[in-house]
Amino acid sequence: MADSQARQRTQQGQGENGHVPIATPGPPESDPLTIAGRTLHSRLLLGTGGFPSLELLAESIRASGSELVTVALRRIDPAASGSLIEVLEREGVELLPNTAGCFTARDAVLTAKLAREAFGTDWVKLEVIGDEDTLLPDAPELLRAAELLVDDGFVVLPYTTDDPVLARRLVDVGCAAVMPLGAPIGSGMGIRNPYNIALIREAVSVPVVLDAGVGTASDATLAMELGCDAVMVASAVSRAQDPVAMAGAMRHAVRAGRLARGAGRIPRRTYATASSPDVGLAEF
Amino acid sequence: MIYLNGNPRDDGAGQTLAGVLELLNLAPDARGVAVAVDGEVVPRAGWATFAIRDGARVEVLTAMQGG
Repeated sequence: MADSQARQRTQQGQGENGHVPIATPGPPESDPLTIAGRTLHSRLLLGTGGFPSLELLAESIRASGSELVTVALRRIDPAASGSLIEVLEREGVELLPNTAGCFTARDAVLTAKLAREAFGTDWVKLEVIGDEDTLLPDAPELLRAAELLVDDGFVVLPYTTDDPVLARRLVDVGCAAVMPLGAPIGSGMGIRNPYNIALIREAVSVPVVLDAGVGTASDATLAMELGCDAVMVASAVSRAQDPVAMAGAMRHAVRAGRLARGAGRIPRRTYATASSPDVGLAEF
Repeated sequence: MIYLNGNPRDDGAGQTLAGVLELLNLAPDARGVAVAVDGEVVPRAGWATFAIRDGARVEVLTAMQGG
């Protein structure tokens, strides 16, 4: 009962994103996600970091079906060969600049403004890191940066801890989505606190994008089964032995989890529930 | 002396920002590039006239592969 109430609440909160079509055959593109008025036909966001080459990145983007990919902002290298921007334009994806590497609200805000200038987008994946070893977010700085950027007209997607209260606070200051971590960036540890991810889904009315920690396809499926609206992966694909194959796996994993969420899983029980009838059982 | 992406240079002070960007072979219409001078964004429209003072810290950034 509580579960169905929660699900109802979630679906109401999600608006059109809460509708999960029945699992009929058809292209994954039939189940769009809307963030701040932009419609995405793929619920998989791809990070561009860690790919051994721009060619593998391009192939992986195609295999993933992703339409929104993150980039970092760094000092230009006049000697660099190949243009990341040109590759991404050729693949027809939208850029989502991040503020990776920023440890203060001030640096993150400046980086977001530079990204807006460089790429002509007011979208930002806001990262404000508080610890070099775990790369976990710095909650007070993150909230402060989010508030400043929202006030400046940015569409802010904050990378946050799996804390439902912080997620709510981020939405209260105007964030367009929240991106809770499953586990530390690049750790491949999956979703360490699935209960909190489910609580975040209930706590906020904006899209929830599971970010960081995904190690393999089943992690992405679990995120969607928990009610996330999308999943972001980077290292899980770019550092896989075969990035292109893993990109394809992630595409199907996100879709499978989304469909399973809509289908409604059976409750967990300690004891068996027979799936064959007792009636008509022969007596020998 | 200025600091261009962290590197000290003797040939930047007194130039416009556009002139300093030329040191990196960047044209005024270079795509996907943004510039901060002393921690403030300088919009592209201001590159041609923005004067770079002695000691300025010029950061020239672009997209890199990242999370």
